[in-house]
Amino acid sequence: MTNTAPFENWDGNMFDLGPLYPMVGTEVTLVVILVICWIGWHILQIRQENKDYEDEARRLREGGNLQKALQDEHTLERM
Amino acid sequence: MDKDITALQVLFTETYYWITVVMMFLIHAGFCMYEVGVSRRKNHMKTLMKNVMVIPTVGVTFYLFGWWLYSAMVNGPGITGGLVPSHFAEPWNELMAAHMGGKPHGADLSAADTALWARLNGVFWAAFLLFSWTTASIVSGSIIERVKSGAFWLIAVMLGSVTWIIDAAWGWHPAGWMVKILGYHDAYASGVVHAIAGGTCLAVLLNLGPRIGKFKPDGTPRNIPPQNPWLVCIGLFLIYTGFWGFYAACNIPIYDVQPGDAVFWSATNIYLQPTTLSAITFNFIMALCGGLMAGYIISKGDAYWTLSCGLSGVIATSAGNDLYHPIQAFLISAIIMVIIYKMHYWVERRFKLDDAVGAVAVHGYSGFLGVVAAGFVLWGYPSSPDALLGHAEPWARITPWGQLAGAVIMFWVLGFIPGYILSWILNKFGLLRVPREVELAGLDHAAMAEVMREDDEMRAVLAQEARASAK
Repeated sequence: MTNTAPFENWDGNMFDLGPLYPMVGTEVTLVVILVICWIGWHILQIRQENKDYEDEARRLREGGNLQKALQDEHTLERM
Repeated sequence: MDKDITALQVLFTETYYWITVVMMFLIHAGFCMYEVGVSRRKNHMKTLMKNVMVIPTVGVTFYLFGWWLYSAMVNGPGITGGLVPSHFAEPWNELMAAHMGGKPHGADLSAADTALWARLNGVFWAAFLLFSWTTASIVSGSIIERVKSGAFWLIAVMLGSVTWIIDAAWGWHPAGWMVKILGYHDAYASGVVHAIAGGTCLAVLLNLGPRIGKFKPDGTPRNIPPQNPWLVCIGLFLIYTGFWGFYAACNIPIYDVQPGDAVFWSATNIYLQPTTLSAITFNFIMALCGGLMAGYIISKGDAYWTLSCGLSGVIATSAGNDLYHPIQAFLISAIIMVIIYKMHYWVERRFKLDDAVGAVAVHGYSGFLGVVAAGFVLWGYPSSPDALLGHAEPWARITPWGQLAGAVIMFWVLGFIPGYILSWILNKFGLLRVPREVELAGLDHAAMAEVMREDDEMRAVLAQEARASAK
């Protein structure tokens, strides 16, 4: 039977019980995954934010969109 | 019997810190409410999310390297020694996860390490992480309504998981080199949390620039009042509430402070010097009173500034609130509030600094002056329990010049300089500030456009119905 636990049962000497989490020995791999998630998140977030703002700025520059947006601000504040 | 007492000490300490973490969460809730209340309606969502996402960005990095820096950097390194091995705080270490304290699996740990850290590592890590969130959140408020969130989160990681925790290792650790050489004393973090955050705020604001319309063509500042002052006030009350947890988390709740064989249990401050919860409760409340009273008079009863001065008054006395007399805390708080209020408006006019929440003053100047004030009021106090910690030579005593040097290190060296460099780089790459059109329309404009279109449609329908009824 598969057992990811670092111990067989709860019946032994409690003073011998160390890590409780599964798959002891994979910690470095888990840290590498977390580093990739962390840096990857910042890259994705910054790309997404820059694109959204550039698109929005372009839309606002067209026609009277910026004036309309400023009028909308008053609507928004009344909501 | 000794083992029983030690086990109770550990279990009590674990529970104590866990409760402080829950209380400190209110600080973050308060900061979110406060910032949203200050921001204009068109920027609410981005303002809220900017602060909410401090939790994961700083949380992940504090797990990866922030907690390790606290223990590893106490000597500088290179000032009083090298890097200190801190295996228990390495992110791949078994003690950075669920552990019962028994025999270690890894060769880099001893049985004593696991017995000590198994129950304390997670709650200590979390308590320090909550300090990190607070430090980053302080910057968040001052730069609202024009900063790109992605830039802020990089600044938050730098401040929350690198610079502030290095300053804590240096000046807020029983073995820190600033304590040893300068006699630096900052029990509840006037400098190590607030001055450094204020210094970073100032640096980022200089690169970011003011909000559009903040200053008239002749340079006179326009007031942009809080959009929802009542939300701001409730947010500040929540910060006050969480601040109690912050104070408690700066103490070690039960420790044998008697050198030699005898035993004397007491709470201690972070330097393992004895203090009591009663002492800090006296001083917290009297400092709050001093700040509120001075803030009320100087701002002519303005709710926003009065409450901010209450908070800032506590910050101003935090360096020495383990030792001050409550009336000293009251007076220090009140005097510093008058100074920081005047400085806020002087700097705003002189340098065109648009600090939306007054964070540079409330945290930065107040924390800086609070550290310096402690140097005069606590002049000559020992900075460390030398016999308890087995120092061969007594460590430096508290002095005005040691505290001034410490305040400069916090505000300028670790706060302002790294903040200026990072925000300058972000600005050069166009990552710091939103486009002008977006700032004018509001950071939430794209997301809210659909809501507004529906609102326009509803208004048209209602107008049509009204005309029909009139006929």
